[in-house]
Amino acid sequence: MSDMTTDTSLPVLQVSDLDIEIRGDNGAFAVVSDMNLSVRAGETLCIVGESGCGKSMTALSLLRLLPDAAAITRGKVLIDGEDFLAMNQRQVEDFRGEKIAMIFQEPLTALNPVLRIGEQIAEAVRQHRKCSRREADTRAVDVLRLVQMPDPERRAGQFPHELSGGMRQRAMIALALACDPKIIIADEPTTALDVTIQAQILGLISDLQKRLGTAQILITHDLGVVSEVADRVIVMYAGRKVEEASIYDLFDRPFHPYTIGLMGAVPGAGASSEAGDRLADIPGTVPPLWALPKGCAFAPRCPGASARCLEERPPFEEKRPGHWAACWEHDDAA
Amino acid sequence: MQPDRTPLLSVDNLEVHFPIRGGVLQRQVGAVKAVDGVSFSLNRGETLSLVGESGCGKSTTGLALMGLVKPTGGRVQFDGQEIRGFNPAALKSYRRRMQIVFQDPFSSLNPRQRVKDIIRAPLDIHNIGTTAEREARVSELMERVGLRPDQADNFAHQFSGGQRQRIGIARALALKPDVIVCDEPVSALDVSVQAQILNLLSDLQRDLGVSYLAISHDLGVVEFISHRVAVMYLGKIVEIAPKAAIFAAPGHPYTELLMRSAPSRDPRKRHSFSASNDDIPSATKKPSGCPFHTRCPLVTAVCKTTEPALTARDDGRLVACHNR
Repeated sequence: MSDMTTDTSLPVLQVSDLDIEIRGDNGAFAVVSDMNLSVRAGETLCIVGESGCGKSMTALSLLRLLPDAAAITRGKVLIDGEDFLAMNQRQVEDFRGEKIAMIFQEPLTALNPVLRIGEQIAEAVRQHRKCSRREADTRAVDVLRLVQMPDPERRAGQFPHELSGGMRQRAMIALALACDPKIIIADEPTTALDVTIQAQILGLISDLQKRLGTAQILITHDLGVVSEVADRVIVMYAGRKVEEASIYDLFDRPFHPYTIGLMGAVPGAGASSEAGDRLADIPGTVPPLWALPKGCAFAPRCPGASARCLEERPPFEEKRPGHWAACWEHDDAA
Repeated sequence: MQPDRTPLLSVDNLEVHFPIRGGVLQRQVGAVKAVDGVSFSLNRGETLSLVGESGCGKSTTGLALMGLVKPTGGRVQFDGQEIRGFNPAALKSYRRRMQIVFQDPFSSLNPRQRVKDIIRAPLDIHNIGTTAEREARVSELMERVGLRPDQADNFAHQFSGGQRQRIGIARALALKPDVIVCDEPVSALDVSVQAQILNLLSDLQRDLGVSYLAISHDLGVVEFISHRVAVMYLGKIVEIAPKAAIFAAPGHPYTELLMRSAPSRDPRKRHSFSASNDDIPSATKKPSGCPFHTRCPLVTAVCKTTEPALTARDDGRLVACHNR
């Protein structure tokens, strides 16, 4: 667990003032605006939000894997002190895997279906390291063992479809770890899994981080997952950060009305409910990114919205020590 | 609201086996026992949840009860009448009283139909009311589920996921059914929208007295929506109990595993999840004896050979376990 204020080690990943735009049928519009974030070695940052909030676009931009229609229009991404956005394709490919790697949501589509698991990992190793085929194969079995794949020698010779969902996700984590990256980005790594398998994969992710000290960014919509693994949390809404705090500050005293709304909307969070009870839902829906309201994007759904909220977008500012939010509301308790 | 105690739907030893064919002659060489002897009852105004992981047979049970896959065995009684043979004539009148809401509001609505036609379709099929009455009913239903009746001419793709799920619910309500099978009704939706739909389902039950057979993998949803909970594992019910009892103290070791696997809501009470691999066996190669014995911490010799029956415990729950 790192502390934002006292830890002076340099962040391994630093993103400043990042804007991402999509050019689509509705013209060009921003999908991510003014994104600032950083992660240090051994730290897990969770980015949480609902569909369309820009969390996955942020993740993809960090590997320069944005779809063709999307582009970074402003900002800086520093990986291990180097300017990632200024690099050419060749340098980017060297960096991916070696410095920064990604775990995708759906291992069945992210893994190559016609290559054996071991070959896929060995291929990644040989891309980055001068080593013989045999050394790469040995490394593949080693990382499969690291992710606690049962019977790793045999599994290395199997195809993705021969593995269960949980084992496939282990194989993908092994692939991401093959070249000892400093940063791992995981986009909804357990969303496609059953709950008992999700628990194993979350256990594995925490366990590996403790042992390897990797910096981690985990993208999720699930506050339960956040509660299990995060050190620090960013909450996104309609392409922007609306809140950022340490995990305890966020869960103890969420500031932004959207965060408060999300926490109340999760069923089963309170004491055992009676059938017929109601959940604290957030009325309305997320506005489309190409037609965002003028002021705060959450204002039309916000129980405490004032005239000002509808007119002016609130700045992202420090509301309490180390606890940031974008809201015109002041902290009366502070 | 407390549900009425007369069983509206009773399911006895329901089986859905799918043949596995092999060889040049495509002879049957085995069977996937997706649903393998499931029994339960559902009362008026009650919500019973079927909970379990992929492949446990919860969705197939729901589809079989709707006649959307043909059961290979067992008896289903609806309001005292047996549904014989699931033939089309028997099904038509039964389906007036039993409807389904699907998981995916994107694929379960015809994109080329206007919303009013989607919601009206059940009334047309069952020939209920005059044209004017049907139109009035569509407006009433749209309002009831929180849609604006002036959107009736729009197509499904013009609505968000949550609104589409409301359309699906309005369609299911059109015939004033007694039972609605809700197959993962909110799992494709965002959290804030999910809460709106769960509240809507809860309001509809309170106002209309409809029963739900809710199929879900999400324990939070199950805890919110249910009166009783049935936990399924590899085609069998392993535990069935009132909601409060099962969440207070799970009876079956599998129920316990499920609950222990759900992420904590409090970062100070994190689980120390085991990272080791422990997979669900497949329904094609079911373990002998108790299907859960390969993963069970309480396993003994008898579990490997003899399948435990679902038996009553003194607190009103049924558990299928030799050691509990």
